[in-house]
Amino acid sequence: MTPLLDVQGLSKHYGGRIGCADVSFRLYPGEVLGIVGESGSGKSTLLNCLAGHLGPDSGQVIFDTRGDGPRDVLTMSEPERRMLGRTDWAFVHQNPRDGLRMRISAGGNVGERLMAVGARHYGEIREAAADWLGRVEIAEARIDDRPSAFSGGMQQRLQIARNLVTGPRLVFMDEPTGGLDVSVQARLLDLIRGLVRRMGLSAIVVTHDLAVVRLLADRLMVMKDGHVIETGLTDQVLDDPQAPYTQLLVSSVLQV
Amino acid sequence: MNAYNFAYLDEQTKRMIRRAILKGVAVPGYQVPFASREMPMPYGWGTGGVQVTAACLVPEDRLKVIDQGADDTTNAVSIRKFFQKTAQVAVTEKTGEATIIQTRHRIPEQAMTEDQILVYQVPIPEPLRFLEPSEVETRKMHALEDYGLMHVKLYEDIARHGEIATAYAYPVKVEGRYVMDPSPIPKFDNPKLESSALQLFGAGREQRIYAVPPYTRVVSLDFEDHPFDPSKAPHPCALCGAEDSYLDEVITDDAGSRMFVCSDTDYCASRREDAA
Amino acid sequence: MYVAVKGGERAIDNAHAWLAEERRGDLGVAEMSIAQIREQLALAVARVMAEGSLYDPDLAALAIKQARGDLIEAVFLIRAYRTTLPRFGASLPVETDKMACDRRISATFKDLPGGQILGPTFDYTHRLLDFALAAEGLAPAPAPQAAAAPDRLPHVTDFLAREDLIQPEADGSATPRDLTREPLDFPADRPLRLQALTRGDEGFVLSMAYSTQRGYGRNHPFVGELRIGRVDVEMDIPELGFAIELGEVVLTECETVNQFMGSKTEPPQFTRGYGLVFGQSERKAISMALVDRAMRWEELGEDNVGAPAQDQEFVLYHSDNVQATGFLEHIKLPHYVDFQSELELIRRLRAEAAASQTQEAAE
Repeated sequence: MTPLLDVQGLSKHYGGRIGCADVSFRLYPGEVLGIVGESGSGKSTLLNCLAGHLGPDSGQVIFDTRGDGPRDVLTMSEPERRMLGRTDWAFVHQNPRDGLRMRISAGGNVGERLMAVGARHYGEIREAAADWLGRVEIAEARIDDRPSAFSGGMQQRLQIARNLVTGPRLVFMDEPTGGLDVSVQARLLDLIRGLVRRMGLSAIVVTHDLAVVRLLADRLMVMKDGHVIETGLTDQVLDDPQAPYTQLLVSSVLQV
Repeated sequence: MNAYNFAYLDEQTKRMIRRAILKGVAVPGYQVPFASREMPMPYGWGTGGVQVTAACLVPEDRLKVIDQGADDTTNAVSIRKFFQKTAQVAVTEKTGEATIIQTRHRIPEQAMTEDQILVYQVPIPEPLRFLEPSEVETRKMHALEDYGLMHVKLYEDIARHGEIATAYAYPVKVEGRYVMDPSPIPKFDNPKLESSALQLFGAGREQRIYAVPPYTRVVSLDFEDHPFDPSKAPHPCALCGAEDSYLDEVITDDAGSRMFVCSDTDYCASRREDAA
Repeated sequence: MYVAVKGGERAIDNAHAWLAEERRGDLGVAEMSIAQIREQLALAVARVMAEGSLYDPDLAALAIKQARGDLIEAVFLIRAYRTTLPRFGASLPVETDKMACDRRISATFKDLPGGQILGPTFDYTHRLLDFALAAEGLAPAPAPQAAAAPDRLPHVTDFLAREDLIQPEADGSATPRDLTREPLDFPADRPLRLQALTRGDEGFVLSMAYSTQRGYGRNHPFVGELRIGRVDVEMDIPELGFAIELGEVVLTECETVNQFMGSKTEPPQFTRGYGLVFGQSERKAISMALVDRAMRWEELGEDNVGAPAQDQEFVLYHSDNVQATGFLEHIKLPHYVDFQSELELIRRLRAEAAASQTQEAAE
């Protein structure tokens, strides 16, 4: 089976400081990979390098494209990468303000990706937007409201709808539940899990919250100081951590 | 009036502008940066159009200048006089007789021919400017054909107003590639952008020249279920009776009585002459 | 029967005639000469030369006269005239350390080689209207004379540079891009930014500089040195094989010394802002130096805090008063064709809104 994403030897430095060092992994279709670590561990740097927001110093990020099979994303032209970014890839930011257009209606936010890939039928765009608002539990009556009038949880759900509307094959999530109340987090996680399973999405979720990965991820990657120190099936890593740091991480959560 | 070169600008400058024009013709709808010169009329008053006209003029030309469709509006008079003074070219008010027409805000009603050049004065050449203020970003968006945002704007119009609420400077896509601002012409004029004449657009303050060569495909942006509608006031011209021309609304007394007359003064006058 | 408005041409001629009359004012009052403007409104002349980018006091004085004292209009006249001048070549860079200084002060040192020279400054005057000036014909008492300053006054920043306390500026051997001969292009390098600032509107540059002092991109400036005086302008003549002196110009130069706390890779060091303006115009020169320094954030590895003065696109696109005035005032040109289409749109949208309300009421 061809991996959807094949990452080889990815490194990124900031001057003398390590962002992430020599990271390699494979992600297969339908799989959810969790990347955990404390802040400064390099997990966000890694995610941004994978998603093309940051240029790594070395390494390969090979994605199994629909048209041309496996290709190194880092050597693609900017137009190709942007096209990928609005079709097969999606990126859910921690802060919905970074992923939404706050002065555009909810319907316009969801419709943008459709229009960017050529949708030109207003009625159909609006129908798709309404459908997706429903799927993320936002009332259709709010379709013409701007996200600035939404609660934090609603904004995050809108961001997810906006990302998933083009049926992407790979979703990057950066602390998708960060900054939300605990009860809102639970509902959002439940929603994301349902969407991921139903759509058979592949996803890479970066978080410092082990509860998030326990619920969402099939496999885990633990990072510290820019290096991957442990990988494995989620249950295996969380229930029987091998690296001393992972043991600390898991036990500190259990104490909470 | 020998203190200035023919058509005011020196030959080097005209060559620089012609190179920009040729590049614009080669890449229809693409905004070519050019080193706009300071002209003796204010920015925003047609400095871009004047420079393009100056670079195109030859002594045998016959020039027509219109503003709002009219030959006798102050800015049209001022620019026409400028070229009479600095280039001593013949001028005309007849659309059919002109070899070069410089215009602000209108396309003449009478169809133009392969032997004619239409020069537009452009205030803001960037159709994406009011969606994205940074020039660095908008140039990137054009380069990558990243035009989703433009349609989001149109979507928002329909969601809010039930129709695309852009009445002038209505954006178009040129030859299936570049989204272009046709300058602030009423959208009624958009279909005339597909023309036999060479159309050149000059933006002096913003230092951009772009072009629509003859017979280029120019499509006004729309949705399949909300097609572009080049409508105008549903009246005939009160002077010549034309039903196919763009009309100005004129308030005729204190009580607010109004009448509608052709904005293209030459078109209106010719029709009345023909009728007489 | 309505007849479309005609007669734009005659109206324009008449307006011009009226303007000429108003410009002259009351014929019972003596006409101002160009020489009077040049000599007695010298700072206005300096501003017009600086923002007009053309050093010619007589032409600037003429422009001020023709513009009825509207300095931006005068700048515009100068710019339009400048367009038509053929360009024969470029001068050599002027040597400001050989400036014959009328004024030279440093705020960073109490005294320095060559001394502090106050020169003809308003700084310590009390701003009281001097009614004696209203009575004409009084010549001022002659100012005391001193021996001329030395031929070469070293720059204050050179003293700091000797101790490596201030960041060195690399010699730019490349010919900088010319703002008036090439379209503005981003990112704009420092020579281009400085060109835009020196011909930028004094009020705009001042306000941008002021905003950095009030916290929008603060950069802790000291006026290392401010000098005003004459410098020689020289040009290489290929046929001769050496440079000859073309004349001299009055310039104002300001170098600021700015705090820089250093980064992980660089120790703390002072950095510079630079201002150079035609004529005596120290408000402009100091402002220019502050804004120059603010726009250098990227090269110095500082944070972009989102301050307007740090945004080179914002500053460079909006600093030119001839562009700004023209575009601002063009909205008074007829726009009735566009307005007509807006009118029709609003009427239609209102009619549709009214119809749907009636329908809702009926339901």
